[in-house]
Amino acid sequence: MALLEVNNLNTHFFTRNGVIKAVDGISFSLEEGEILGIVGESGAGKSITGFSMLGLIDKPGKIVEGEIIFNGEDLVKKSEEELQKIRGNEIAMIFQDPQTSLNPVINIGHQLMETILYHNPSVSKKDAYNACIDILKLVGLPAADKRMKSYPHQLSGGMKQRVVIAMALLNNPKLLIADEPTTALDVTIQAQILYLMKKLSSNFNSSLILITHDIAVVSQLCDKIAVMYAGRIVEYGKKEDIIFNPQHPYTKGLIECLPKLDDDKERLYQIPGIMPSLLSLPKGCYFKDRCEYADGECDVYPPEQEINGRRIFCHKVK
Amino acid sequence: MTKYILNRLFHSALVMFTISFIVFFIMFKAGDPVELMLPPDATQQEVIEMRATLGLDKSFLVQYQKFLVNVSKGNLGNSFIYGQPALDIVFERMPATMELAIISMLLSIIIGIPLGIISSIKPNSILSRIIMFFSLTGISVPVFWTGMILVLIFSVILGVLPSSGRGEVYLFTSAFTVDGIKHLIMPVLTLSIFQLALILRLTRTGMMEVLMQDYIKLAAAKGVPRKVIVYYHALKNTLIPLITVIGIQFGQLVAFTIVTETIFAWPGTGKLIIDSIQNLDRPIVVAYLLVISFIFVAINFIVDVLYTFVDPRVRV
Ligand SMILES: Nc1ncnc2c1ncn2[C@@H]1O[C@H](COP(=O)(O)OP(=O)(O)OP(=O)(O)O)[C@@H](O)[C@H]1O
Ligand code: SF4
Ligand SMILES: [Mg+2]
Repeated sequence: MALLEVNNLNTHFFTRNGVIKAVDGISFSLEEGEILGIVGESGAGKSITGFSMLGLIDKPGKIVEGEIIFNGEDLVKKSEEELQKIRGNEIAMIFQDPQTSLNPVINIGHQLMETILYHNPSVSKKDAYNACIDILKLVGLPAADKRMKSYPHQLSGGMKQRVVIAMALLNNPKLLIADEPTTALDVTIQAQILYLMKKLSSNFNSSLILITHDIAVVSQLCDKIAVMYAGRIVEYGKKEDIIFNPQHPYTKGLIECLPKLDDDKERLYQIPGIMPSLLSLPKGCYFKDRCEYADGECDVYPPEQEINGRRIFCHKVK
Repeated sequence: MTKYILNRLFHSALVMFTISFIVFFIMFKAGDPVELMLPPDATQQEVIEMRATLGLDKSFLVQYQKFLVNVSKGNLGNSFIYGQPALDIVFERMPATMELAIISMLLSIIIGIPLGIISSIKPNSILSRIIMFFSLTGISVPVFWTGMILVLIFSVILGVLPSSGRGEVYLFTSAFTVDGIKHLIMPVLTLSIFQLALILRLTRTGMMEVLMQDYIKLAAAKGVPRKVIVYYHALKNTLIPLITVIGIQFGQLVAFTIVTETIFAWPGTGKLIIDSIQNLDRPIVVAYLLVISFIFVAINFIVDVLYTFVDPRVRV
């Protein structure tokens, strides 16, 4: 049985200007120890997908439909108290921006230790403290003892990122959701952190959902990839299939954007146009206005097709 | 840290010096008290003699210099009216004023902060709307109006509360006797309604902003209980900037007592200063303004230093 199975998930925001379907009927699944990459442009609904797994959708948002089967139980049906026991314990999330993820007036030690203590009240403070030190060393934060007493503003961006990752690992979660864990960092540290995440997920045998707009990142780490566009998954399958043999025009575009070693083109390819606003989506396929293959058939949203274990939504792929 | 404190102290001293000059200058320009002090049928000779004894015939600078020398000895001159040291008279009235200001401030904090929190957690609930309606009223209604309406209702119509005076005093305050408390209720209410509404609204706005932050969501994602998130993670971030506001507002409260004390004939410094201005009793006015300024400056100093202890980001 899969560790996580998401079926037809719908997370909508009911705003004054209309209903924003940030997550609009997506499905995917994840085995134990597997790494899934979710790729897509800004606003595609990646973060909201992650927050939905934790039941952390702020008003005016709401999970309106679908199932999130985790360990055989549907998280959508769980009460706030039940979810609180799962959050940070069995499912942990690393937020997109480490600069704003830590409380500025509470020291790092407290912010780390509470993650252990609220889930395991029987653990002594001393043991919790030692566990935090161990994890901080594991994620490569120097002078862990001193850092426990520090406040966020005394840490560099890279250090904060490591603290936030450490925080997510403290209770050895079965599922880790990492939302752009490296965007805030410079390139050398990015590579280190990504390598670290991969190592940690295999050490702890945790499953990982890696959210990013950078398909290069997922191409290194993931087993599976879901490509999201305007709240929907447009292509979903094994990493090798998606990276080396993309079928959906949008995925093709994303791959073509990547710089290649044997390429002497002056400028990188860019997909023309921008993702439409979720409040004024085109009729039919949402990618229609930017797609070079689009024709009259695309005025109807393409049906789901399953081709060699890959799921794809496009009229032109047969 | 010591350097920071010394620096702040120096600043405070400079501010006090400047204030002393301004206060003295204004009183110098305000007019000659001698005419008011002597009976109407006094001779010109008596007026001149009186001026000389009070030192009022000298030039401004000479008077100011003499004033500074005296201040440095803790002597702010004798009241023209009462003949006693001006500072003693102000200090004698101070407990009544401070009692009003301190009790009002405590009341505003104890009620304002919890109501602010409640109305920030569920901003659209009926309870929040009621709280916000009353806080808007509290902010908009002038102090003297509140005072007079209270007197009308509780003294004139219902006759349950005394409309003037301080009542029975025990240990410098009326808060320890039943009669004293009866006298306190209306002046304290009058004085605290605005402060309470202000603190409530600032708490609410602060909490609502903090509760939207990523670190609050991350705390929830870690499985921290909602109560702990609201009353520890979020409240700590909200209260730190509030310390400054409370400090400044306390100074304002002391100043506002002038109106309240006048309405309720409260025998504090506010009433004293109004009387003294009318009589052109320069030493009392100067002593009062200097003492009040000193309280302002001292509060600012304390708030600045306190801030460096509670906000980790400004630790020096
Ligand atoms: N609180 C909210 N109210 C209204 N709409 C929201 C809210 N939060 C998110 N959305 C909408 O949901 C959509 C998806 O947002 P999401 O944060 O998941 O995007 P993303 O794919 O993570 O983008 P990025 O790469 O910029 O992080 C966006 O179009 C956004 O406008
Ligand atoms: S359905 Fe049509 S518009 Fe959409 S991606 Fe396929 S070809 Fe392009
Ligand atoms: Mg995002």
